[in-house]
Amino acid sequence: MGWLARVYVIPKIGVLDPQGKAVQHSLHTLGYPEVGEVRIGKYLEVRLVEVSRESAEVRLREMCERLLANQVIEDYRFEIDAEPAG
Amino acid sequence: MRWGVITFPGSNDDEQTAFVLERLLGETVVRLWHKSESVEGLDCIVLPGGFSYGDYLRCGAVARFSPIMRAVEAFAQRGGVVLGICNGFQILCEAGLLPGALIRNRELDFLCQRVHVRVEAADTIFTNRCRRGDVLDLPIKHGEGCYVADETTLRSLEAGRQIVLRYTDAEGRVTPEANPNGSLGAIAGIRNARGNVFGLMPHPEHACEWLVGGEDGRKIFLSIIASGSGATEMPSVPTSSKVLSGP
Repeated sequence: MGWLARVYVIPKIGVLDPQGKAVQHSLHTLGYPEVGEVRIGKYLEVRLVEVSRESAEVRLREMCERLLANQVIEDYRFEIDAEPAG
Repeated sequence: MRWGVITFPGSNDDEQTAFVLERLLGETVVRLWHKSESVEGLDCIVLPGGFSYGDYLRCGAVARFSPIMRAVEAFAQRGGVVLGICNGFQILCEAGLLPGALIRNRELDFLCQRVHVRVEAADTIFTNRCRRGDVLDLPIKHGEGCYVADETTLRSLEAGRQIVLRYTDAEGRVTPEANPNGSLGAIAGIRNARGNVFGLMPHPEHACEWLVGGEDGRKIFLSIIASGSGATEMPSVPTSSKVLSGP
């Protein structure tokens, strides 16, 4: 039994996101004028084993703050789900 | 002076930096592998340009946890002089040795060109061979050189005169067109509050010989050398012609 954490890292509101802006323009060009702001971030899957759910949460938060996200420019959030070992 | 030049996996300006220091300026260079844990006996440490660890995750994010970085952090805390060029600047920001961060260039493209930068503070370890307002001609080569910081950080950078270089036109004017990557306040280089750690996106090591188009980069290295020796006059430096005949 282990955990699958889905981690989302996204540019902070107010931080310039030139990639998001470029994609937004492309979508407008393709005929989707309803598209508002687009922001591009990262999606990571982190598997954890031999750890309690509580501990997994605490440790993941630490991982995000130390490495996975740069809090000067990025926000993060994650979801943790049980996953059968295999 | 004894210089340490770090090589991370993916560094690619380490040899050029060592070449400038040893062959052009007659300095002593110790090569430091990212796994070494000691920086004993060094006067200045350079984190060179390149793509450490393939720029995985974020530029500098992985290099920042290299064994050598613990030693660099302790060295900086003792007041040791640290210079981060391009990827080195990104690593110093990731390590928290300099405030702010460097993100993707405004126009998304990788930029490889010459730029002009204005010296905003000349009473620093890194620019004392310049005058305030001098315009330097230096190359840049980066995809992620857009400097960002929150308002509080920017205000404290301004108040502490920590902004050392800004992108300008050839006449030293800050204009939108002269800011190649969209950096906040056209910032090209900053130092920490204590003044012993400096990071910049332009490459002084690639502008130390007329053979490659200019010598303005020497001023940065000569400034550090001058501060190290406590010299108040311009040090005598081998000229390009001497260098051509070999050291």
